[in-house]
Amino acid sequence: MAEIRIENVRKEFGKVVAVRDVSLVIPDREFIVLLGPSGCGKTTLLRCIAGLEQVDGGRIYFGGRDVTDLPVRQRRISMVFQSYAVFPHMTVFENIAFGLRMQHKPDAEVKRRTQAAAELLHIEELLERYPAQLSGGQRQRVAVARAIAYDADVLLMDEPLSNLDALLRLEMRAELKRLLEELKTTVVYVTHDQVEALSLGDRIAVMRSGEILQVDAPITVYDRPAAHFVGSFIGNPPMNFLPAQAVDGGAAVAVEGTWLALPDESARGLQRTGAAEVWLGIRAENIEPSGEPASAALPGRILVAEPLGSHILLTVRVGSALVKVNARADASFRADQEVWLKLNADKVRLFDKTTGRAL
Amino acid sequence: MTTRPAPPLSRRIGRGLVYLAAILIGLYIVIPIYLVAVMAFSPRAVVYAYPKPLLPTQVTLETMLFFLNSYGILDSVKNSVLVAVFTLAISLAIGAPAGYALARYIFPGGDIYRILILSTRAFPVVILSIPLITTYISWGLDDTTLGVALLHTAMALPTTILVTSSIFVGVSKDLEEAAMTMGCTRAGAFRRVALPLALPGLAASAIFTFVLSWNEVFGAAILTVQNQTLPARLIVQLNQSPIPFRFAGGFFILVPALVFMLFVRRYLFSLWGVKLR
Repeated sequence: MAEIRIENVRKEFGKVVAVRDVSLVIPDREFIVLLGPSGCGKTTLLRCIAGLEQVDGGRIYFGGRDVTDLPVRQRRISMVFQSYAVFPHMTVFENIAFGLRMQHKPDAEVKRRTQAAAELLHIEELLERYPAQLSGGQRQRVAVARAIAYDADVLLMDEPLSNLDALLRLEMRAELKRLLEELKTTVVYVTHDQVEALSLGDRIAVMRSGEILQVDAPITVYDRPAAHFVGSFIGNPPMNFLPAQAVDGGAAVAVEGTWLALPDESARGLQRTGAAEVWLGIRAENIEPSGEPASAALPGRILVAEPLGSHILLTVRVGSALVKVNARADASFRADQEVWLKLNADKVRLFDKTTGRAL
Repeated sequence: MTTRPAPPLSRRIGRGLVYLAAILIGLYIVIPIYLVAVMAFSPRAVVYAYPKPLLPTQVTLETMLFFLNSYGILDSVKNSVLVAVFTLAISLAIGAPAGYALARYIFPGGDIYRILILSTRAFPVVILSIPLITTYISWGLDDTTLGVALLHTAMALPTTILVTSSIFVGVSKDLEEAAMTMGCTRAGAFRRVALPLALPGLAASAIFTFVLSWNEVFGAAILTVQNQTLPARLIVQLNQSPIPFRFAGGFFILVPALVFMLFVRRYLFSLWGVKLR
């Protein structure tokens, strides 16, 4: 158990900068998720923490201990690999016991702790089997049991659920969450699945092109994305973005000619930058559609209405932009119908048109 | 479900032809081996008889023993085994690390290295024979088992390197990294994880090298005078030998290759990247 402190870590592969001077402090016992599209550098950052990659710059500390130049085995980490990396030539028992054996623990302790780890993952019946005799889900459990069987300061997980089928993934996700809450260890979890990130993490670090764009609690990342990219990557459907102009000295914005008054905070942000053109971001559930014209509502036309059970997902054309809107399940919206969209001003986020940063 | 409809006639004929071709090729290889084996275990009178019987009528070890007890044969068998074991040991000691490096690391010139390895096989030993023998004489390696083993190593290395590299490619890098996260050194991870998993393939590659050395004639014949390997001795002796001797010699030298095929059949495919397991 330890705090992880990452200072200006840089990793290059030839001319490609995989991790660009990233700094991040992960407090002891926190479950942090590194989230981003493939190629964003999240796995490379994880491997730098593990010591499987040598950093090209910066330092990494575990609880004040500088581990930057330590080999993997001296960092006191455990890791779950995307491919599980369960040893095919060893039984499940020997797989789980491997870390304990490497620490030369007495036989009785190895046996006890291996058994305990297996029970936590509900695989105590499989201890005598070889990995080839297990299903993918069972192998995944072996990989997790192996990682938690011995004492490590830090638990690293590299897309552990991505090779499971959808149903198993849901089940395992819930189980992992319960398990890791009990373990109270520092966890760094890499995924490209935003739902996984939202459901598991104490905090989420959203990465793109080797940089961390935002580190916040899941609900903050969802509600108040720090960048255009974060809003478009997280949430299903992703955040809507509409081109808007600053009007009324920055106290309001105009979208397709309709004026929207801004709450004080957004207005201050807009006035501070003095930008004339911005992106207005708003999530589907923060837009209220209506069949009747109303003041400060954007007129549009419904292209598609998809009943999803809990709600109806509308795709609405507003000017040249397409907007996703959640309507109540009992509402009667049809395609080709005219609709007026009322945006919840408190939930509106404004983004700089060039940098993509939130104002 | 009803029974599956039979495949169309043309498909069935096509498949029949494939099997027919396979059987013919198989017979082409098996029949001579079979006849040699029958003769090698028949008494002398039967071997000299004409026409020769297609089925073994009287089985005896007489002919084989006659061959093995002939002057110099056992010595050359011993030389052959020594040369093959040396070759195997040296080529694995050099080839396996090289194969591992090719499998695990991306380094400048890696692809060229691969091609260079193969291109060494483009030089026929016949062309190299004169420079080779003069070099060996000046180094004092001529007519020694070590000398022959070194030549065989040079011949075996390309296959050893490429084969071991494909074996190690088959052992996921994640496995070694997982071992390292759990407290293994780089070498420890190799020894505890990569090596045990590669072992069957490495054994197959070793047997391959062994048989290559066992069967190699030309190099062994030009490099040795007194300390001949079995093929080198047979190539000199067979033409002047009685027929039973030829059959027995032929059979004796055939056997290791046959046994080898039985053992490594399923690895031969994985050697070239096709996985059977």
